[in-house]
Amino acid sequence: MTDEASAPPSSPLLDRLIAAKAAHDHQGLIDAVPYARFLGLTTAMQGDELITTMRFAPHLIGNPTLPALHGGTLGALLESAAIFQLLWRAETIVLPKTITLTIDYLRSGAPVDTHARGTVTRQGRRITNVRMEAWQADRAAPVATAHAIFLVMRG
Amino acid sequence: MTDERDARTERKLKLARAFSRNVPHNEALGMRIVDVTESEVFFELPYDTKLVGNPDTGTLHGGAITALLDASSGLAVFAALTELVPIATLDLRIDYLKPAAPGKSVISRATCYKITRNVAFTRAVAYQDDPEDAVAHAVGTFMLSTKPGNPS
Repeated sequence: MTDEASAPPSSPLLDRLIAAKAAHDHQGLIDAVPYARFLGLTTAMQGDELITTMRFAPHLIGNPTLPALHGGTLGALLESAAIFQLLWRAETIVLPKTITLTIDYLRSGAPVDTHARGTVTRQGRRITNVRMEAWQADRAAPVATAHAIFLVMRG
Repeated sequence: MTDERDARTERKLKLARAFSRNVPHNEALGMRIVDVTESEVFFELPYDTKLVGNPDTGTLHGGAITALLDASSGLAVFAALTELVPIATLDLRIDYLKPAAPGKSVISRATCYKITRNVAFTRAVAYQDDPEDAVAHAVGTFMLSTKPGNPS
């Protein structure tokens, strides 16, 4: 057992995230999380918005007949968009823990790049609520929307 | 009676295997059918460092658990259908109960507990050793008999 109570938690991940944020290094944010690399995620600012993009790759396909993206990849993109949004906007970076995630699948995901963003609807002391949407060619026609509740506590 | 049930279970196992195979993302995650019973599908996600969400702890990213729960819930619907029709996920709600311990696979036990003419309802629990001590829990709904490219 490590003694977490006596010393501030030391986290290489947190250190990397803080450094990436300070340097506005979007790739550094992605590179800190192995699963984000596996999905082929990138982040970029568009105006005031942090947009998370999942570049299309054949290993993201769930239905080869249509073809269509795997529902799990859209869920993961939406959750990641929310987490990156929380990390990017936070004054003090803490790792958000996902409590619940609810995904509405609206259209089948075409085998192209998919973009997502998260909007914080409520920021509490411990709980943060986020709404997310994912779209492809037409932002007005999202492929999936979601909302998530995160536990956001220091330490 | 027992033979009849075994035949049905065997048919479901074959069906579930057929539908989980040749799905590129399932293969990329290394997911595979462990077992199919009369009412449940058991789908396994092996541990892999590329699926890690937090490299400090080595725990799997929630997204990988989402993919496991989504895929296993869909398989449970296929296993419950009497006539094969295409399906599309309408929604999926996941409760993350605790982090998955690193180095161990996660199993989803999924069941389709209600089917109507248009909609199937599923429950799934993701666990490592004990389904009563779950990593995540999910409920989902699926649209039946959709045409390609038109999930509604």
